Amino acid sequence: MNQFEYTRASTQQAAIAALVKDEHAMFLAGGTNLVDLMKRGVTSPSRLIDINELPLAAIEQTATGLRIGAMVRNSDAAEHALVNRHFPLLSMAFKAGASPQLRNMATVGGNMMQRTRCPYFYDTAMPCNKREPGSGCGAIGGYNRMHAIFGASEQCIAVHPSDMCVALTALDATVTIAGPKAERKIAFADFHRLPGSTPQKDNNLQHGELITAVHIPFNHLTNVHYLKIRDRASYAFALLSVAAALNIKSGTIREARLAMGGVAHKPWRLTEAEKALKGQPANETSFKKAAAIAMEGARSYGHNDFKLKLAPNAIAEALRLASV
Amino acid sequence: MHDPITPDPSRRSFLKRSSALAAISLTPPAMVRAAEKGFDEKIAGVFEKMPLSVTINGTKQQLSIEPRVTLLDLLREQLHLTGTKKGCDHGQCGACTVHVNGRRVNSCLTLALTTEGKQVTTIEGLSKGEQLHPMQEAFIEFDGFQCGYCTPGQIMSAVACVREGHANTPDQVREFMSGNICRCGAYSNIVDAVMNAKQGGKTI
Repeated sequence: MNQFEYTRASTQQAAIAALVKDEHAMFLAGGTNLVDLMKRGVTSPSRLIDINELPLAAIEQTATGLRIGAMVRNSDAAEHALVNRHFPLLSMAFKAGASPQLRNMATVGGNMMQRTRCPYFYDTAMPCNKREPGSGCGAIGGYNRMHAIFGASEQCIAVHPSDMCVALTALDATVTIAGPKAERKIAFADFHRLPGSTPQKDNNLQHGELITAVHIPFNHLTNVHYLKIRDRASYAFALLSVAAALNIKSGTIREARLAMGGVAHKPWRLTEAEKALKGQPANETSFKKAAAIAMEGARSYGHNDFKLKLAPNAIAEALRLASV
Repeated sequence: MHDPITPDPSRRSFLKRSSALAAISLTPPAMVRAAEKGFDEKIAGVFEKMPLSVTINGTKQQLSIEPRVTLLDLLREQLHLTGTKKGCDHGQCGACTVHVNGRRVNSCLTLALTTEGKQVTTIEGLSKGEQLHPMQEAFIEFDGFQCGYCTPGQIMSAVACVREGHANTPDQVREFMSGNICRCGAYSNIVDAVMNAKQGGKTI
């Protein structure tokens, strides 16, 4: 690991000021991804600003929803009574992610900031436009079993690895971001980016900004399920995952929310499939039809061809499991 | 011709560069001495240590460490608490599991400086003298290991698993022990050990 300087921030303002001063500085939260990236030489910050002591670890009910502080640990959010009661989909997604040890360390803000697990991104001997813009993409024409089927570019076909972010996308969450001058809010679905020609940018956070919270609005979703498909029963990144949330009344779908993980550079919202489900009976035919609509525009890269079959099956299955 | 009085700037810059390179990989004490003699003030920065006050297995430690030292390396290399194992060193195997303020974490991904003011418990801190912790006894009774390399991490994780309330059924134990990999494949005996320790009536 390269040398770096270490600073502990006691206030949000001090943390932001320290980051603004040094363009190669980074915030350190749980460290579960960042410390690993530093060990591998993928990321070499000049300074780490430890934000673990910042008072951003509360879960509070607001007039319109739940506010989850950016420094809430994944395990605490997963077990929290308010999260379980109002957003069981989010609890399921948290529990599907990583291991108990990592969930004890990882924060909500850090989960949003985690980098792709593409093996070419981690191997500094290989080309990767995300790690080193202009060096090429090793995964296109290479080993790409885990890779994207939606929204990829000629520059990058990596996927975002989070489970939490998939649920928060489906739940229409909002991210609160503090900056050197002012606070701003951004829709969760607009936080992460597609790779386009700038795959080195995972999200729309600017240097000097700090995620302080996510807010999830209350909803009328009666039936939810988070389905994660992976190579082993637990403790593995998703081949793909589906967050399905429905409002079903008298057997009819009043509202549908669908998002997928492991299929794109960002959590992938299935807007057209949601529209197709609205007003339909909650049955196998509707689910399969919606799944087929969701797959429009999908494309695979060889090793991940199986995802073109797995994805619609998983969407239909997640909807079925949510509906029962 | 080389002027014996004027220092050769190219030679000096070469020395600086090469010493900085050596500083990353070789002989830190010699380089620190070199830095103290004013050869290169940058090198002093490279080896800047920071104070750390942390309680490990009930003993308060006042330490001075580099920011890049992980809790795992601090335990093993500086405090010689080698019960905590380095398996993958990337948070994938769980061999390095310890408790920080009572919560199980991967010590390989924990920078030691982030434990300032905290309580760390390792496998060495679990027993009371010669009296093994009930989870340690259960692992022996149920043969919860073969080679034993993952065992300290398994036991630290298992104790936390029970304390968290995640050891109610064998399936739940399997899910909540999934962060600890055992290459010998002693999993079924590990599940038996955890379940029996939990049901054994002793305080875990």
